[in-house]
Amino acid sequence: MKAQSLNITPNPDAQGYYGRFGGAYVPEMLHRNVEELRTRYVEILEDQSFRKEMDALLRDYVGRPTPLYYAARLSSKLGTNIYLKREDLCHTGAHKINNTIGQILLAQRLQKTRIIAETGAGQHGVATATVCALMGMECVVYMGEKDIQRQAPNVARMRMLGATVVPATSGSKTLKDATNEAIRDWINHPNDTHYIIGSVVGPHPYPDLVARFQSVISAEMRSQLEEHTGSELPTHVVACVGGGSNAAGAFYHFIAEPSVDLVAVEAAGLGVDSGKSAATTRLGTEGILHGSRSLLMQTADGQVVEPHSISAGLDYPGIGPMHAHLFESGRGRFESATDEEALQASFEVARLEGIIPALETGHAFAVLPRLGLTQSDRVVVCLSGRGDKDLATYMERMSDF
Amino acid sequence: MTRLSELFQRKKERVLNVYCTAGYPELESTLPVMHALAAGGADIIELGMPYSDPLADGPVIQASGARALRNGMSIGKLFEQLASLRPALDVPVVLMGYLNPLLQYGFEAFCAKARACGVDGLIIPDIPLHAYEREYKAIVERHGLDFIFLVTPETSEARVRDLDAASSGFLYAVSSSSVTGSAKDFSPVEEYLARLEELRLRNPVLVGFGIHDKATFDAACRHARGAIIGSAYIRALYEPELIQEATATFLAGILREEKR
Repeated sequence: MKAQSLNITPNPDAQGYYGRFGGAYVPEMLHRNVEELRTRYVEILEDQSFRKEMDALLRDYVGRPTPLYYAARLSSKLGTNIYLKREDLCHTGAHKINNTIGQILLAQRLQKTRIIAETGAGQHGVATATVCALMGMECVVYMGEKDIQRQAPNVARMRMLGATVVPATSGSKTLKDATNEAIRDWINHPNDTHYIIGSVVGPHPYPDLVARFQSVISAEMRSQLEEHTGSELPTHVVACVGGGSNAAGAFYHFIAEPSVDLVAVEAAGLGVDSGKSAATTRLGTEGILHGSRSLLMQTADGQVVEPHSISAGLDYPGIGPMHAHLFESGRGRFESATDEEALQASFEVARLEGIIPALETGHAFAVLPRLGLTQSDRVVVCLSGRGDKDLATYMERMSDF
Repeated sequence: MTRLSELFQRKKERVLNVYCTAGYPELESTLPVMHALAAGGADIIELGMPYSDPLADGPVIQASGARALRNGMSIGKLFEQLASLRPALDVPVVLMGYLNPLLQYGFEAFCAKARACGVDGLIIPDIPLHAYEREYKAIVERHGLDFIFLVTPETSEARVRDLDAASSGFLYAVSSSSVTGSAKDFSPVEEYLARLEELRLRNPVLVGFGIHDKATFDAACRHARGAIIGSAYIRALYEPELIQEATATFLAGILREEKR
């Protein structure tokens, strides 16, 4: 397995495939926009002035580098060494802004004047509304009608930042439908609009584009680990996965290092076999969703199934093609945590470390006791977001933990 | 000769393609709707296969698909219904749908079964040209099906020619870059169609998206071989008991002047 995994790179081939996953299955109405991105993104991202502008904003506006913090009490409890990559300390409270900063600068260079985005829990919507306010650009965020009701504070934040929040009323009225609506909006506005997708999903080049913008997470991990431990390499990197953007960023610079165990944690919901789950690699089969070939939760007839997770950020029926390839090749180790396990882990981290993590990140913490970690391991957990947005859920369950 | 090429050889103008959703308004409506369309003067029937995530469809067609899925529609069920399609009905039939359900059914099995039922062609908007040529073209051709690509006002001339070369049956010109059912001012559409006309493409061109009444149908037919009506007909079909009457009235309204 290790020999095979040496061939795995973090980037797709020229057609956007990671192994057999990826590609760009888009209708002709999107061809020009997707093609424009595909032919220009690498050149723009590698341009000196782009890098300079992005790095300055990541430092001065987002607050990068985010700390790598040795979690002493958690480490001692688990009998190992746990480092937390503090993406929760980014402006707006999660890693999502790494991507939206990059994409808004890209949109400017493509001469776009209007930004659209989809959002589930609202974190990506807030991160997009934030950079649009920063750059003075029109912002329209599609959000499932059900999610708008469940995530009122983030809806208010987006509106305060000047964004228009449009309810997605089709289908199951959640993230997958918000994504459909954003894509339809893009079809209807072929000239002036850039679509800032929030995860490593969608047609090529989006999975690669978003992974590159999030890769700052693992780039910083390497140099910070060296300061802490004398080695750039951890033994394990652990991250939660919905579509998979924080995991893509946390794994990116370690994919070609076979000694590093890459642990992706999916949301098992009420349990993998309960019928109320979002564990795509366990329950999904190969299919096409939102323009790329990947693993996908679907019926035998190929209709997409609505997933369940207590965490809206992991409540997605697919997974990015890069992760599908990490799963299938054996390079990534895929675990899952239930709603209850994630809640319990979040409370534990709050009380041991004084950090209230997002429910999404609670899933990553939940699997740590199962990894067989020892005193000689150096484990980095990507602490993808802070838990303020989940306070209502945490308060409901306060007496149980 | 295929049914589509026979039609276009026989009929040089005002070819009317009407879209309907399989299993809408009721599960067993598929064939009655198709017969009503043929009786009312439709030249081609574009039969939509419902999908949970139809990216290229506007709200009306989405809602019809969602209702069809709730009714229990599936590709397997569709082929059961289409078993008695021929010879009772002789208009060309084109299946429109998204790739994912076809992959789960098995793309080759799907093509074989469609052909066996007397289906003439396929419109699968999320199979892009390069993937079609690499993975699907040989299968489609092996089963004698026509494959129809979409072109839009944003499609470059060179790409229009490539898509025309890869298509057979007809070429589907999207009248504006929009999802189905958006009604807009039609004059820019006429300019676009005039541009397409000058390219002298090898396939006949049918115009879809935004064609909703006699005026827009007539305008489209001034520059193309015909047009495709979708959302407007789906809207007219709301009452399951009135399929015959609703279809006859709807088509008579579109085709009025032709009955000289």
